[in-house]
Amino acid sequence: MAELTDSRSRSRDLDKLLLRPGNIVGKLFEPGPELRDDLREYARVLVVGAGGLGCELLKDFALSGFQKLEVIDMDRIEVTNLNRQFLFRLQDVGKPKAEVAAMRVMERINGVEIVPHFCRIEDKEDDFYSKFSLIALGLDSIEARSYINRVACSFLEYDSEGNPFEETVKPMVDGGTEGFKGHARVILPGTTPCFECTIWLFPPQVKFPLCTLAETPRTAAHCIEYAHLIKWGEMHSGKAFDADEPEHMQWVYTEALKRAELFGIPGVTYSFTQGVVKNIIPAIASTNAIISAACTLEALKILTGCSKTLSNYMTYNGLEGLHTKATEFVKDKDCLICGSGVLLEMDTSITLQKILLPYPCFTNSAQFMNLLGEDPMVLLSKPTSVVYMGNNLYKMVPPVLEEMTRSNLSLRLFDLMDKVSMGVVHVTGTAIKNDKKNSSLWKIRVVFKGMVDGVIDMDLAGGA
Amino acid sequence: MRRGNLPFKHKFELLPEGGAHVIGKMIKLFKVKEKQREIAENANGRAPVRKQSAGELRLHKDISELNLPKTTTISFPNGKDDLMTFEVTIRPDEGYYLMGVFVFTFQVSPMYPHDAPKVKCKTKVYHPNIDLEGNVCLNILREDWKPVLNINTVIYGLHHLFTEPNYEDPLNHDAAAVLRDNPKQFETNVKRAISGGYVGSLFFQKCVQH
Repeated sequence: MAELTDSRSRSRDLDKLLLRPGNIVGKLFEPGPELRDDLREYARVLVVGAGGLGCELLKDFALSGFQKLEVIDMDRIEVTNLNRQFLFRLQDVGKPKAEVAAMRVMERINGVEIVPHFCRIEDKEDDFYSKFSLIALGLDSIEARSYINRVACSFLEYDSEGNPFEETVKPMVDGGTEGFKGHARVILPGTTPCFECTIWLFPPQVKFPLCTLAETPRTAAHCIEYAHLIKWGEMHSGKAFDADEPEHMQWVYTEALKRAELFGIPGVTYSFTQGVVKNIIPAIASTNAIISAACTLEALKILTGCSKTLSNYMTYNGLEGLHTKATEFVKDKDCLICGSGVLLEMDTSITLQKILLPYPCFTNSAQFMNLLGEDPMVLLSKPTSVVYMGNNLYKMVPPVLEEMTRSNLSLRLFDLMDKVSMGVVHVTGTAIKNDKKNSSLWKIRVVFKGMVDGVIDMDLAGGA
Repeated sequence: MRRGNLPFKHKFELLPEGGAHVIGKMIKLFKVKEKQREIAENANGRAPVRKQSAGELRLHKDISELNLPKTTTISFPNGKDDLMTFEVTIRPDEGYYLMGVFVFTFQVSPMYPHDAPKVKCKTKVYHPNIDLEGNVCLNILREDWKPVLNINTVIYGLHHLFTEPNYEDPLNHDAAAVLRDNPKQFETNVKRAISGGYVGSLFFQKCVQH
């Protein structure tokens, strides 16, 4: 009984959110103790990254009533992490971040289970990601975000009306910080923009012209990039530069210093060299705390419905005074990653040739062109290439690829797609939209007639 | 904002009052479904899914839209299913480099077109804007890259380097100085380099095609 009382008092504040009805709650919010208990029992959250944001996220989730957590990170603890990655101690240096972070939070917070994964995010099968109710991102790279986004969006299925199937939506919360600035966003694939819909939000990395580096360096960064991009190649024929190799970094630093002295440029230090080469941005613990707190609360709201969620992108800037704002971005309906694409039902006997033949001669059977033509949004003519899961089924240009893929023309699409009942192909061609001709790339969900095996897709077959 | 469309919430929603035991059942049903799907997929012999990055998809579009100058060819050393690495061969039809054959390697990252393709010149060339390691000084490959640009633009840019070598943005300092101060000498040097020979103390492999 004592335990029961303890656990009740522990969730006292959370109970205020989860046990009481409210006016600005989600549509399907059902307050009550079951909700709190189910949150513990059935909400499985994956935290991606166990760095500055990841440490905060794990702590925040564990203190917000979540008990089934997992964390994935490929890095080991470095001494420079200790100022803000507060779950780590000096004696942990060299150990995997995910393992130490999981252990520390579990030691501190009763009842929380955290499974650590010390590996690259790409090392896990998609099945691994599909088991979570929500994925929280505490990452510092666009590439990693883009990868997780791609995996999460790949679970998404649409019904024949183009609405996402609820059980295939994998929600994400994404945090990011740079010094005093940060963002927190909510991604509900199929509803709010996915990472790829708004990739333009990320400014391109500043790159210096090579000839400036080679001829007229003016800043310390120019000297470092000269050593990194030009001098390294001259001196180490063929050997790739590895930023995680301290010897390599030391070499670049030494060379950069020589160059800086030659041109009388101050400011080249070892840590600045690391900063430039690895594109390291200074991190501030409190910014991480603010962003992580926002992400965790959004996750709680998404999963329980206890309040309306952020819609859908919050920026925080504490650099000069404080400015914060929520912006509602809209999703790109033609997004190749999260968009629904065009649904096409076709016969298993159709050959690739038949699909691609120049148009007037086929008006009777299921072909990309005439079926796409029925879609008021799309008028595709002259498809020039068909790609299935990275395999080029056919490419009309350039000639070298045409030659390599020509033999596929006489094969059945069904066979080329490994006899799956349904799958996504990408087709390029000329589209006519508002009387304008545009070369386009379309995502097409192909469903083969009579091949649909009732588990996931009864609605697709019915609606096609 | 619709909040009902979430998997976790969805399960609650179907619950009758006080049905803790039903959740267990539902999860089990869910598990059974998952198993069934696995079996069905295995029976279909579905190969492991290779998901294409947005960059790869965009590259497919770029490649399908290539409109190369006659002087240029493209090849895919890793076969038809790896377009992320390819080679572009340029045979200038005018200017100092007429008759030469120059091969560039392109490496495209999954973050394309957010990131520019990485381009190197595989052929050792005597050129003010290309150094002896094959680094290329072309603004659209670095500081002026924008996602609206494409592979075609880059190839035209490279082509331009051979018709209009530019001594103001030198990577090969010596070549740039010769071009600026003594274009006749530059012409001689280029001819010597592409036919296979020494320019100063540097040897260049023959890269002329007849």
